[in-house]
Amino acid sequence: MNLIIGAFTIGLILSLLSLGMLISFRMIKFTDITVDGSLTLGAALTAVLISSGWSPWVATFLAFIAGMAAGSITGVLYTKFKIQEILAGILMMTALYSVNLRIMGRSNIPLLDTKTVSEIPEKLLLDFTDGNKNLLFFGWQVSLIDLAVFISSLILCALIGWLLNKFLLTHFGTVLRATGNNVQMVRAQGVNNNKMIIFSLALSNGLVALSGALLAQYQGFADVQMGIGMMVWGLASIIIGEALVGKTTIGIAIAGTILGTILFRLLIAIALRWGLNPNDLKLVTALFVFAALVAPQWFKSLHKKLSKNSHHA
Amino acid sequence: MLEISGISKTFFPQTVNEVKALRQVDLRIEEGSFTAIIGTNGSGKSTLLNAIAGTFIPDDGIIRVDGKNITEWSEYKRAQLIGRVFQNPFAGTAADMSIAENIVMAMRRGQSRPLTRAVTQKAKSEIADRVRMLNMGLEDRLDNAIGTLSGGQRQALTLLMATWLKPKLLLLDEHTAALDPKSAAKVAELTKQIIESERLTAMMVTHSMQQAVDLPDRIVMMHRGQIVEDYQKENKKRVRIPDLLDTFDRVQKRELFDETVAALLTEQYF
Repeated sequence: MNLIIGAFTIGLILSLLSLGMLISFRMIKFTDITVDGSLTLGAALTAVLISSGWSPWVATFLAFIAGMAAGSITGVLYTKFKIQEILAGILMMTALYSVNLRIMGRSNIPLLDTKTVSEIPEKLLLDFTDGNKNLLFFGWQVSLIDLAVFISSLILCALIGWLLNKFLLTHFGTVLRATGNNVQMVRAQGVNNNKMIIFSLALSNGLVALSGALLAQYQGFADVQMGIGMMVWGLASIIIGEALVGKTTIGIAIAGTILGTILFRLLIAIALRWGLNPNDLKLVTALFVFAALVAPQWFKSLHKKLSKNSHHA
Repeated sequence: MLEISGISKTFFPQTVNEVKALRQVDLRIEEGSFTAIIGTNGSGKSTLLNAIAGTFIPDDGIIRVDGKNITEWSEYKRAQLIGRVFQNPFAGTAADMSIAENIVMAMRRGQSRPLTRAVTQKAKSEIADRVRMLNMGLEDRLDNAIGTLSGGQRQALTLLMATWLKPKLLLLDEHTAALDPKSAAKVAELTKQIIESERLTAMMVTHSMQQAVDLPDRIVMMHRGQIVEDYQKENKKRVRIPDLLDTFDRVQKRELFDETVAALLTEQYF
């Protein structure tokens, strides 16, 4: 049971990463690799600030701001300096690797016995149950601390998803979405498309760094390698979400992305428990995304072939 | 309304592909007039329209719209003054977004984009009222993605969007050329109707001599980056398609001669 709650909680935390990528990858159609670096940036900054005595809330908020800064630099590289989108992301990701090492001073910072943002929900729940640290849930022993973290991640995730939905449906959010759809049209409507791209990448990477900040606090450490492959991870989650519930409205796409991330995390927890070598995880994820990208075309051509054959017969 | 003085543009300067697309073009467009620009391929008629729209900044010359010098303005800033319809019927709308969302964006063309809900019930009923006037049955499909519509329907909506807020200048770049004949006629009719009822100042690049004769009240003919003929008022009313074709022929024949010979002949015979 604790394993499942853990998988759910990590899924919820990582869904902020997927939501960030939903903005870059799906809304403005920008393949942004900065993500791998900005997730670590959020984690590194939070870990350093918390272990030197800062409030975890302030640290988490600053991680979000730092992610926004990283994203806007990628945006400026792309719009002002006309660097290809992939290359702009790679440059920023590479630069962030050193920045993250500089911030941390070493490659790994443990966060044991430090306060994290989950202290408030933990305290609330312990007050509620008179200090009882475990709960019997349909015959399962459930750690109240884990439950509290899970519930607070759920609330945070729902809140951010709701805000993002509201935002994307505003006048500003509508032209943001149109920027990924038809740049010429957006310019003809008097919108500075470059500013929209920079803002979108900032918001996207802000959410990614926030995800990293929460992940570090949940896992109890920040590691300079933790961001590697996270972009593909987020992509896989978005694709699963779209397969689950579609993307007919913005709200559905957001809910789907959150569900997709949780499901993907659960699948991985199960696969690891069944004996999948953790070293193979990224290979499996990459293969999965490859399959998900190719399958629709493959099915289409198969369908064409089949209908052609039946026509001849 | 529009004053162009001495604008020039050379693409790929100092290379083998050098193209002098505009050579010292002067043009004044009066408020409330509707001008067609015709010319052969490569005559610079679309380049002239793009110079006004801000797709590029000319090498030389000044462009004024409504008294404002917009020569150095970026394309998106000019949208405050200028409404545009493109040749490609897919260029003027965002395909994955709904009809209502597309139009809501046009309702604030060139204005700020606040953090308030875009597609409200109020906006939707306002949109439905104006979309109904197109007589295409689109008012019941406001939530459908615009990508599901035909080219003609999309071009009609683009026209509606470009004129939703009355533009100081409406630019139409061969906006019926990519449509089937029936849709083209419908969009042309709609263009005339909107321009007349809103008393818009408009410029239209067209390949169709018929359209040039039927719709506007002035015809400007371009050739090799210059204005070679300008039919206004009474002249425009008298002009027919064969006259335009004659002028085309004359202009092209003249080009066959060496330029000095052409100058000599012009002096003696024309």
